[in-house]
Amino acid sequence: MLTVKSVHTYYGNIHALKGVSLHVRKGEIVTLVGSNGAGKSTLVNTICGMTRPSRGHIELNGQPITGLAPENIVRKGIALAPEGRQVFSAMTVAANLLMGGFIHRRNPEQLREDMDRLYNRFPILKTRHRQLAGTLSGGEQQMLAISRALMSRPQLLVLDEPSMGLAPLVTRDIFSIILELKEEGRTILLIEQNARAALKIADRGYVMETGKVVLEGEGLQLLEHREVKRAYLGRGARQIWEA
Amino acid sequence: MPIWEPEKEGMSRDELRQTQLERLQATLNRVYKNVSFYRRRFKEINFRPEDDFTEISDIERLPFTDGHDISESYPYEMFAVPLREVVRVHASSGSSTNPRVVGYTRQDLRTWSNLVARILSAGGVVQDDVIQITFGYGLLTGGLGIHYGAERIGASVLPTSVGHTERQIKIMQDFRTTVLVCTPSYAIAIADRMDTIGLSAKNLSLKYCICAGEPWTEEMRREIEGRLLVKATDNYGITEVLGPGIAGECLEQCGMHIQEDHFLAEVIDPQSGTVLGPGMKGELVLTTLTKEAFPSIRFRTGDISSITDEPCTCGRTTRRISRIFERCDDVVVIKGINIIPDRIGDILQQIRGERPVFQLVAVRQGHQDQLEIWVEVTEQFFYDKMREQRALLDFMSKKIANFIGITPTIKLVERGSLVREGGVVKPFVDRRV
Repeated sequence: MLTVKSVHTYYGNIHALKGVSLHVRKGEIVTLVGSNGAGKSTLVNTICGMTRPSRGHIELNGQPITGLAPENIVRKGIALAPEGRQVFSAMTVAANLLMGGFIHRRNPEQLREDMDRLYNRFPILKTRHRQLAGTLSGGEQQMLAISRALMSRPQLLVLDEPSMGLAPLVTRDIFSIILELKEEGRTILLIEQNARAALKIADRGYVMETGKVVLEGEGLQLLEHREVKRAYLGRGARQIWEA
Repeated sequence: MPIWEPEKEGMSRDELRQTQLERLQATLNRVYKNVSFYRRRFKEINFRPEDDFTEISDIERLPFTDGHDISESYPYEMFAVPLREVVRVHASSGSSTNPRVVGYTRQDLRTWSNLVARILSAGGVVQDDVIQITFGYGLLTGGLGIHYGAERIGASVLPTSVGHTERQIKIMQDFRTTVLVCTPSYAIAIADRMDTIGLSAKNLSLKYCICAGEPWTEEMRREIEGRLLVKATDNYGITEVLGPGIAGECLEQCGMHIQEDHFLAEVIDPQSGTVLGPGMKGELVLTTLTKEAFPSIRFRTGDISSITDEPCTCGRTTRRISRIFERCDDVVVIKGINIIPDRIGDILQQIRGERPVFQLVAVRQGHQDQLEIWVEVTEQFFYDKMREQRALLDFMSKKIANFIGITPTIKLVERGSLVREGGVVKPFVDRRV
C-alpha cells in the first residue's frame, strides 16, 4: 500500500533521513523503532507532507504522493495521529472530530455516522463530547487523536508515539486499541520509542539509527536483536567491541 | 506440492524488488558500520551507502568479494557482529591456506533452517517423511544445514553423515527412508552397491532424492531416478554465502528457485566483471540481504550458471538459476569438496622441501569419483626399496587427506609425462567423462 524508496530529507544543513526505504502492506501493522533523533518523526513528517524530501519517492497504492501538501495527502488516504497528540485543546471533543473529517465536510451524514461509530467505540468521548479537549486526560486525548484521524476514513493510519507521556496502564489500553484497529482490517504505521511494546503487536518492523534503516524483519524476531536493544536503551549503550 | 512460505515465495515481483531494496540498504548500512573490510573497500571507490545507494542497480558500482578476501580475513575479521552474538561457526572445505570461516547469529540460524525448509519442501519433503542425510556433519555446512531445515519441516531425520555405503543402504531399508539427501555421484554409488548386494530399489521406500554439492548432468538425474525409483532435484548452496538453502529446484525440475527475498543474484562475465542479462551464461555472484553475522556483498561463487526470469508453473515467483555447468576458476570439485591445486602443491612441498611437478586427476571408478595426484618422479620422491617408497606415498596421501578431507591416490609418473599445455603442466585433468 505505502512504498517509500530511498528518501532523503534535510532540515537546513542537517541530513535527517539518509536513504530510507520501507513499505507497508494492506492490513499490516508496521512499526518503526529507534532512539531519539534516529529520524522516525522526520520520516512521518515526510510521508505526511509536512517536510519535503530532497530525493526519493513515496507512493500510495502505486500513485506518487511525494511532495504533496499535507491536506492532499489526507485526501489520498493517509491520516496522522501526531506525536504529543496535538488535539485542539480550546475546542470541544466533537469539534475536534469534525476537524478530522474536514475533507468530508460536504457529506454531513457520513460525518454524523462516523462520529456515532467512534462514540460507541470510545464511550468516554461521548460522555465528554461537549467538553474542551484540553481538559481530557492523556489517554483520553490519545483516543481523541486517533479518532480524529479515523474521521477522514484513511487507508493508512499513521500513529506517531501514541504511548508518549502516558502511564503504563494507559499505554496498555492504547496498544489494545491499536490491535483492535488491526483486527478491523486497518493498515497502520506505528512509530514508537517503546520498542518492546510496539514490536510485540507489529507484523514487521524497521529499526532506524541516525537517519538510516539498519534492520528490517518480523516484529517478534526483532525483539531480541542487539540493535533493537540498543535502540531501546538509547544510542549511549555502546558495546565494548565497538571502541 | 505445498509451498513452505507461500506468501513470501509467491510475492509479487514489485513487492520483491521493494523488499530487496530495503534489505540491501539495511545490509550495506550495517557492513559499512561494522565490517572494516567493506568500509575500506567502499571508501576506496568513494561509496557511502547512505548517499550513493538509491536503486538496486547501484550495487553494480561495488567491488566483488572473493574467496581469497575471506581467507585473508581468517578467522573472524569479516564478521559483522561481536563474537558473543555468534552461536554457530562453520568453515568451507579448506580449499586454500586459511579455511573460510563464517558465523551465524541465533536469527541467522532461524532464517537458515527456514530457507532449507523451503527448498526441501520444493523438492517434495513433508512432515511424514523419513529423511536420511549423507552429507558431512561438522565444520562443513551441508550436513547441519539440511538437518535443521528438515527438522523445521517436522520430518524424521536420520543424520547418517558420510560413508559406510552398505550401512547407509541397510538403514535406508530398515528405517524406511523416504528421502535421500546426497551428492549425485553418491546416489549412483549407492545404486551400484545395491546392484552388487542384489537389493532392488523396489524394496526401499524412497520417493525423493535431494542432490547437491557438485556439478552434475541431466543424464545423471535420469539415471538416479531410474535406478533408485525417486524424483531427484537439484539445489545450490555455498558456505561463504549461507550453505544449503540459497536456491533449490521444485518438482517441475526446470532450474533452481533463488530465495530472492534473502539473496540478490547476479551473473557476470568472469573476465570483465560486466553484469549479464537473463539467459546468459556466466559466473554467479551473490549478495546476502538478511544475514547478520556474516553478510557477503557481491561474492564471486566461481560457479558458472545462468538466470531465467520466465515464470514457473509451481506458483513461486522467484527467478531461477540453471544447474551449475562448471567452475570458472581452478577449483576442482570432487565429492562435493572444493580443492585448489596450488594448495596441494604447498602440502607436497612441505613433505620433501621441494615442490614436485604434479597434476590432479579426477577419475570415475564405477560411479564413484576419485582424486588421483600424479607426481613426476625425482630423486627426492624415489626410493630403491619398495617398502619405503610405499610408506612415502601413504604419508603423502594421509597428509593431503588431513587437509582436504578425502583420501587421494598418489601415483608416481615418469618425468615429462604429465599433460602439458603451452609447456606448462595443467594443474587439473578431468577423466570422469
